[in-house]
Amino acid sequence: MSKEIIKIEDLKREFTMGNETVHALKGISFTIKEGEFVTIMGSSGSGKSTLLNILGCLDRPTSGTYEIDGLKLKDLDKNALATIRNEKIGFIFQSYNLLARTSALENVELPLLYNSKVSTEERRARAIKALEKVGLGDRMQHTPSQLSGGQQQRVAIARSLVNNPVMILADEATGNLDTRTSYEIMSLFQELNQQGITITFVTHEPDIASFSNRTIVLKDGSIIKDNLNHKIQSAATELASLPTEDN
Amino acid sequence: MRLLNLIKIAFKAIVLNKMRTLLTMLGIIIGVASVIAMLAIGEGSKESIRTTISAMGSNMITIRPGADDRGPARGSGGDVQTLTLKNYEVLKEQAALLSYITPVVNGGGQIINGSNNWPSTIYGVNPDYLNIKVVDLQSGSMFTNAEVKSASKVAVIGQTVVDNVFPDGQEPVGQMIRFNNIPFKVIGVLEEKGENTFGQDQDDVVIAPYTTVQKRILAIDYLNQIMASAVSEDDAPDAVTEVTQILRTQHKLMDNEDDDFSVRSMEELISTFSSTSEMLTILLVAVASISLLIGGIGIMNIMYVSVKERTKEIGLRMAVGGKGSDILMQFLIEAILISITGGLLGVILGLGSTVFIEKFLHWPTSVALYSIVISFAVCAITGIFFGWYPARKAAALDPITALRYE
Ligand SMILES: Nc1ncnc2c1ncn2[C@@H]1O[C@H](COP(=O)(O)OP(=O)(O)O)[C@@H](O)[C@H]1O
Ligand SMILES: [Mg+2]
Repeated sequence: MSKEIIKIEDLKREFTMGNETVHALKGISFTIKEGEFVTIMGSSGSGKSTLLNILGCLDRPTSGTYEIDGLKLKDLDKNALATIRNEKIGFIFQSYNLLARTSALENVELPLLYNSKVSTEERRARAIKALEKVGLGDRMQHTPSQLSGGQQQRVAIARSLVNNPVMILADEATGNLDTRTSYEIMSLFQELNQQGITITFVTHEPDIASFSNRTIVLKDGSIIKDNLNHKIQSAATELASLPTEDN
Repeated sequence: MRLLNLIKIAFKAIVLNKMRTLLTMLGIIIGVASVIAMLAIGEGSKESIRTTISAMGSNMITIRPGADDRGPARGSGGDVQTLTLKNYEVLKEQAALLSYITPVVNGGGQIINGSNNWPSTIYGVNPDYLNIKVVDLQSGSMFTNAEVKSASKVAVIGQTVVDNVFPDGQEPVGQMIRFNNIPFKVIGVLEEKGENTFGQDQDDVVIAPYTTVQKRILAIDYLNQIMASAVSEDDAPDAVTEVTQILRTQHKLMDNEDDDFSVRSMEELISTFSSTSEMLTILLVAVASISLLIGGIGIMNIMYVSVKERTKEIGLRMAVGGKGSDILMQFLIEAILISITGGLLGVILGLGSTVFIEKFLHWPTSVALYSIVISFAVCAITGIFFGWYPARKAAALDPITALRYE
């Protein structure tokens, strides 16, 4: 039995706006094991991002417990959470969130700048390796404005990989991309997953979910489905079968 | 290691945001430079007044009839007739702290040489006058004590008089001129001194033995003033006391009576005029402070806005593992780098414009060290504080709140 990377129990998140309370998450429990590729699905407003932000230690739950890699997060302070984000989590955003006017290489180096255990040489070497892994070995000095959307997302993926995280969390990482580019990104994720990286992927597109081995479906802040996928599609194969356009 | 990384991050951010950096620095540069330049002008005029007065003879002591009104505006002295030749003689004999002394009588009149005439002032003095005023002759010679005794009609004239009554470039020494129709033989020409700080032409004078001027021109037997010089600048205050004592005895003044004359050293005159230029300096300091304040507000605005603008960036940095303290430190380092660089550029610009003002506008300037220190400190502190303060708020946000900030 492989180890549990994420374990949440009865997780709730409420937002108070004025005298109105929005129950974005209404008591969610699940476990994600090492090596899984999980997609979280659900319509817009169902609480996917709220859940992922809590999993990524960017936000805190109103109640419930959360363990990451065996570590209880309940009593940790802000600085300890920052260290967890830095060392255990790779987060990928829908809108890439790269530093403007900054080279791909420097963007990828960013998480390691906040890790004093990594020397300058090692930081550079790891960033180059991560960029090569996502197929951008020849674009390292390009700034975001000189890269396509898909390439920018690859830089963001390289950034999430560079600290050797125990898991990668992606929030609609293909949401801004066309089908072909989405499949390219998904095939990259599948490759990374095969190398043993645990991935949690938020999406509302069913075809994207078919590339993962498990799908959790949210509705109005509750889990309505949690299925293992027995017919995992290969994104690479799907990509090949797409009608070829003139690039 | 961590700090080194943060310095790298801050440095990159500064280079990336060139416009913001430039605008912030501009506030600091202008603030610092204007304070330095304005105070340099203030200090410069103060110093120039001091040197002009010193050039007039810093040991000089003037004794005027009438009570002292202690202001730069004077003039009533001439009407009061409390100074006599006897006073002069007693002072010459008894005042140990005086090295030179001369009676002074003066009056305006017309100088005529043939068809040239020129209104001027005649000063009746003795030969000590040149030593007291620290002037030399450019040609000819000064009259002697014997010529004073015999009330000779000889005169030494200034360059302005030469220019106006000898317009053809004749050698004036040896020529005859008339002052209010009394003929004088020109025996010397004073070296040129130009205008003093108060705009008076020091070369527009005729100098003659006081005996001659008293009898022939003014027909008076009192003195307009007595001029003397103390044995040294340091002795000037004591000399003033000594002269006052002698004159009070001479004038038979009781202890409860005020002086009916005034004795002033150049030192006092210097302090009177220094206080005038002190006011100028205060005014300039006020203007400079305002520009410093405006610079400070500019720094504040830009720093504040830039932190707001960069809240998303702050969110991202936190999302990849930056701690609140890292973010704060980054912004603090940025603010320090910008403020210090801006401050240094401001000092350079301030010194540069001071040189420019001196060279091209011919205003006297003198850079005060304290103006550099204060303006630099004020701008650096404002810049650093307002770089740090809004960043502190941003660093306290949850990463997701900062990331969502629009
Ligand atoms: N910061 C917030 N303040 C108030 N309400 C929020 C906030 N974030 C999310 N919500 C609410 O929580 C619910 C779930 O939002 P979200 O997790 O973003 O949905 P999804 O990502 O599935 O589209 C929505 O109703 C949304 O309006
Ligand atoms: Mg969402």
